[in-house]
Amino acid sequence: MKIKLAKEDIENPRIQLIERVSGEDLRRCYQCGKCSAGCPVSFAMEIPPSQVMRFLQLGRVDEVMNANSMWTCVGCLQCYSRCPQGVSVAAVLEATRQITLRKGTDHEKIKDVPFPFLKNAPQQAIVCGFRKFVS
Amino acid sequence: MTMKIPYYPGCTLNTVAKGFDATARDAALTVGFEMSELKQWNCCGATFPLTPDNLIALSAPAKVLSNARKEGDTVTTLCSVCYNVLKRTNKVIKDNKEKRGVINGFIDSEYDGSLNILHYLEVLRDKIGFAKLKEAVKRPLKGIKAATYYGCMLLRPFEDIGIDNAEKPVIFEDMLSALGATPVDFPNKIECCGAHLAMNNTGVVEKLSGNVMSSAVGNGAELIVTTCPLCQYNLEKSQKKLIEERPGYTGVPVVYFTQVLGLALGADINTLGFEKNEYSIMPLLHKKGIVPGED
Ligand code: SF4
Ligand code: SF4
Repeated sequence: MKIKLAKEDIENPRIQLIERVSGEDLRRCYQCGKCSAGCPVSFAMEIPPSQVMRFLQLGRVDEVMNANSMWTCVGCLQCYSRCPQGVSVAAVLEATRQITLRKGTDHEKIKDVPFPFLKNAPQQAIVCGFRKFVS
Repeated sequence: MTMKIPYYPGCTLNTVAKGFDATARDAALTVGFEMSELKQWNCCGATFPLTPDNLIALSAPAKVLSNARKEGDTVTTLCSVCYNVLKRTNKVIKDNKEKRGVINGFIDSEYDGSLNILHYLEVLRDKIGFAKLKEAVKRPLKGIKAATYYGCMLLRPFEDIGIDNAEKPVIFEDMLSALGATPVDFPNKIECCGAHLAMNNTGVVEKLSGNVMSSAVGNGAELIVTTCPLCQYNLEKSQKKLIEERPGYTGVPVVYFTQVLGLALGADINTLGFEKNEYSIMPLLHKKGIVPGED
């Protein structure tokens, strides 16, 4: 497949929004892959961390927005801790999550959360989960 | 006079992890400090917002800090997440004048970021000293191979937290050595347990926590020690799958560090909350002759 890249594609307003919300300069990533190697949930992500960066560098916002990666990221900061460029993929993924939630779209329905979890899980898991998944 | 340190329990230690709170308070008194619970506190929000524009999410932890500052210049906490959120929020308020103004505006305060936020482990290391802790030990945990599970929030990001080296921390091992136990090093000790995915992605949690458990046990651990109620919960829960999958595996106890601290300091065994742990530590204590009895 041939992908045609124009400057407008790379610098589109959605990319700019992700950069503004995350506070990250997407172009700093030089694709070494250390984030994906260190990320404990790469295996479960449709697009692993370093590829999230690459897709966004190429202006491909939809691919990233439609992938499960932002909902699978546990926010453990291994990516940031190991990135030689000081990039936080965690912040970029959180930005895409925030942009989605700020539209009022929930990822998790409160009524679907299993009762035993609500009853037994540490409060911090419930508070954190709702903050990550509910607008 | 016993040193008094203002203490922020957080929601979880006030509800499902009450034993973590109680054992910490008791042990503190034994080694020479009193944890005095903040007169007023609220939930810290349980996650530090990773996007820097999300200032409203800092208002809850900022309120905790601003109230804590009224009671002194230091606050201590036990839960890794509370510690992470409070410490990172404090740094934002201290270093960024513009954000400080906005956040204070949300909560009607003038907090300036001048609090010193210490994890309980830091109090033990820096205010009491592990050498003195060692002297206070009455029931050495001799022969117990214990894995120290740090997880994420106690360590990262290094420049904000800085409790210890983010890749090769030793504070937790040093504490266990002071108690007489043998710390077990294992590759997954700073890897995530799956955290809040316990809500909707138990498959991933089972895999991540399962990896932590296998790595610890594979390196000889007979006991896992944690600082975080969510790590404790995930590591316990994930073992069901390991037991199903591995013939001969019967589960390993996962306890809070304050439970073994109290144990080593000679506390009444019935006050340590061991009966609440899904996999009992008692057979191990009997086997090692630390607590008399047999199973
Ligand atoms: S570690 Fe950093 S530079 Fe390397 S691929 Fe990941 S984000 Fe890019
Ligand atoms: S913060 Fe998210 S993307 Fe980064 S290593 Fe952890 S799970 Fe992976």
